Amino acid sequence: MMAEAGLAALWLAAAMALLQFAGGLTLMRGGAGQLTPLIKPAAIVQGALCIFSFFALMYLFTITDLSVLLVASNSHIDKPMIFKLAGTWGNHEGSMLLWVTILSVSGAAIALIEKRIDTRTLQVTLAVQAFIALGFFAFLLFSSNPFERLLPAPAQGAGLNPLLQDIGLAFHPPTLYFGYVGLSVAFSFAVAAMLTRQIGPAFARAMRPWVLGAWIFLTLGITAGSYWAYYELGWGGWWFWDPVENASLMPWLAATALLHSVSVLATRNALRAWTVMLALVAFAMSMAGTFLVRSGILTSVHAFAVDPKRGSFILALMLIYTSLAFVIFALRIGTVKQGEPFQLLSREGGIVANNIFLSVILAVVLIGTLYPLAAEAMGDKISVGPPYFNKTTAPIALLLMLALLLGPMLRWRRDDIKRHKYWLVGFFAIILWSGVALWKYAPNIGIFPMLGLAFALALAVAAWVPLKGRKLLRTPLPVFGMVIAHFGLAVSVFGMASESGFSKETLTALAPGESAKVAGWQVKLVDVNPVVGDNWVAIEGEMRARTGGKSFVLRPQSRQFFQPEMQTSEAALLTRWNGQLYAVIAQPDENGDGRWQVRLWWKPFVSFIWLGGVLVALGGLIALLGRMFRRAKKPAKNRWSEA
Amino acid sequence: MKLIAASILLLAAPVFAQGTGPTPELANRQLPDPAQEATATKLMHGLRCIQCQGQSIADSDAPMAATMRAEVRQQISAGQAPEAIRQWMIERYGEWVSFEPEMKGAGLILWAMPLLVLLIAFWLARGLFRRRT
Amino acid sequence: MNRSMLLWIPLAVVAFIGGWFIYGLAVPKDDMLHSAMVGKVLPVFTLPPATAGIEGLSNLNMADGKPRLLNIFASWCIPCKAEAPQLEALKEAGVEIDAIAIRDKPEDVAAFLQEFGNPFRRIGSDSEMAVQLKLGSSGVPETYVIGGDGTILYQHIGDIRAEHVPMLLDKLRSAQ
Repeated sequence: MMAEAGLAALWLAAAMALLQFAGGLTLMRGGAGQLTPLIKPAAIVQGALCIFSFFALMYLFTITDLSVLLVASNSHIDKPMIFKLAGTWGNHEGSMLLWVTILSVSGAAIALIEKRIDTRTLQVTLAVQAFIALGFFAFLLFSSNPFERLLPAPAQGAGLNPLLQDIGLAFHPPTLYFGYVGLSVAFSFAVAAMLTRQIGPAFARAMRPWVLGAWIFLTLGITAGSYWAYYELGWGGWWFWDPVENASLMPWLAATALLHSVSVLATRNALRAWTVMLALVAFAMSMAGTFLVRSGILTSVHAFAVDPKRGSFILALMLIYTSLAFVIFALRIGTVKQGEPFQLLSREGGIVANNIFLSVILAVVLIGTLYPLAAEAMGDKISVGPPYFNKTTAPIALLLMLALLLGPMLRWRRDDIKRHKYWLVGFFAIILWSGVALWKYAPNIGIFPMLGLAFALALAVAAWVPLKGRKLLRTPLPVFGMVIAHFGLAVSVFGMASESGFSKETLTALAPGESAKVAGWQVKLVDVNPVVGDNWVAIEGEMRARTGGKSFVLRPQSRQFFQPEMQTSEAALLTRWNGQLYAVIAQPDENGDGRWQVRLWWKPFVSFIWLGGVLVALGGLIALLGRMFRRAKKPAKNRWSEA
Repeated sequence: MKLIAASILLLAAPVFAQGTGPTPELANRQLPDPAQEATATKLMHGLRCIQCQGQSIADSDAPMAATMRAEVRQQISAGQAPEAIRQWMIERYGEWVSFEPEMKGAGLILWAMPLLVLLIAFWLARGLFRRRT
Repeated sequence: MNRSMLLWIPLAVVAFIGGWFIYGLAVPKDDMLHSAMVGKVLPVFTLPPATAGIEGLSNLNMADGKPRLLNIFASWCIPCKAEAPQLEALKEAGVEIDAIAIRDKPEDVAAFLQEFGNPFRRIGSDSEMAVQLKLGSSGVPETYVIGGDGTILYQHIGDIRAEHVPMLLDKLRSAQ
């Protein structure tokens, strides 16, 4: 009953989307018609119907209704409740339903809240959003029905991939989807603005919170995904430049550039064409990423349930949306007048430099990820992995950090380098001093960790400069947001450089009672015991780690799951202020001498990587809240936001 | 009782149809010289585990990854340069096994591309700074 | 290049990348990893016997002037069981087949040969996969055509089906 109701709601929602699209078409063709006033209400109803449909599916998972095919294939009556819930989106059909739900709810929110742009642009925006939703509705209703029945219903259910039975990973997909869909809203705004010729500060201010919101989710999603890979996959790595990881990074890079560009358009009425183009590119990257991870055309360690047929559908949708948008771009942007001029050395100039560097990194990651596919077409089987990506993106990221030292300090429109010479000398001194110190005391860590640490220290100071000389209580929240986000970047890069330069590893076989050393720690394997869980059994090592008089217990496990059968390694982490001790125990190898394979790492300041990521997202959140509250009261006058 | 059943179950855990055999000694033992071990580890992170779906041999539990790690450590301790060992692996499995594309032929485009894109981007952006007439 | 022409570049890029994606979906991926040692001489190796009553294998055994097949197999490998009749057929056609057993116990190999027949002249035991690595082999089963001078002429990945037998016989004949 619930399944059929959910499916019916989905059909009705699709009908609402069709209505909005038709309304938008009549609007563009000849002006307001009979359908036009229905666009906004239809968007709201569409959102409500999708929410109902999604919660219907969630309900089916909660009660483990095994007569529904999706529940039977992806859930199990013994699964813990939180993972039953997460199972709703831990599969292809469910995740597509989540995607379309967030799309529809965003449309409803725009219809309900947005008052800054003219009605016509708003209605076209909703129509474009509905057009995007239609593609996904078609996908769901015609080839990926989440509510399909399975009769007779099986007794148990196939279970959920054990790797997904983890809080971090259960919430990683929805976080990313909020990000991708937020970018679709930016896309819709951009296309609508092009169609109604309203590319200006009003459109930018309407679009900005959506970009900011989407970007915050993407930042959190990538940070969470990286941390999950670090502690769950048991190898101590936190980024592998795997195609699926790159698929999430590329929209983030575009969104970061878009975020800065849209601010320039909102406050300075410049960078019109670039802002629109970035909005189109960001959504294109989301769709390309979604396609890449589900199509199976690239080898990846993140084994999604790949299906070329599903891949074709998403590819078709992506090509339709992006081609249409870029045709409109080519036809309309030529008629957009250039915005306010600015000089090379100005805040706008700094943001242009920022966007260039981000776009170059985006291009490098995109081409590097797709290159093996192109090579295969020519008969070569090659791999492009971390050695390539690290060597090519690190220099550009370092250049970006240098630009960040000066950029936020610059005045809008035109600035003079002499005004900032003391700060620049100071930053240069920090870089030189830390560089020389590292070169003297740690000459072997490599050029990138060295520069990364030096630049991160300089940026950690530079990020706070915009607050100097201000009355802090009268400073607008978005400025604090910027400061914290840039500071978060410095923290994160510090963690990355520290980990890659100073990590120490010890790999050895220990019998109970024996010890090993790693970087100032003495770790003793006290005992190894079997342990039982809800749907797994494991061997657990009890380890005692000692340093400087203090002693801690670590319990790494090697787990065997039942349904489906799989073996995972559960690392034990000990977090201190200056780093993490990471311990892994493996099944004994067949040499059979009573020893267990143990891997230990000491990773200095590694948690800064994700702490920094959270700070970046927090900065974004503060900026978002600041803008939302600023609408209620008059903006404070200060030299930073003067037009 | 449950614990005993668990232990028996663990011991009977299937080895995923990859046979059983001794793990090569150097697969999971570090070289005594830390500098050599660091070189070996760096190389291992750049070689693909050919039995897996995208992991390096440093990160994989697969038997072939263990054999490859042992080979890398053995050759490093025998004094071979990392680049020579990488070529040795490429001689056996083709360029697929190396995560770092070769700098010849099509690979050259890949390595030159970042600088090229940077220059193109700066060139495209110069239009932004032209004075209005 | 004036501005209006530049504006069509993004669309061109979309078309280009879209083309690659379509290609990627249309052409099935060749998931098999081919050895790069084809065309080179067999690497030097010596392997102990895989089970009692059988001789071990070294590269010198395969460079005695007569072209032969080298079969990489294991008792725990299911397609290897499926290709046993084809190997038998090849042996009856006069082909000499040497084998390497991967990560196998002597008793398991003996049971395998007992059940599926023994078309092999010699079987070496590669319990650490070291020789498999030297050959550039990535899994089981694989069969190599080895020339009389010990050169690796051809690699067949996967089990040998009935339709592959004439092709292998051809390659052996032209290696004479």
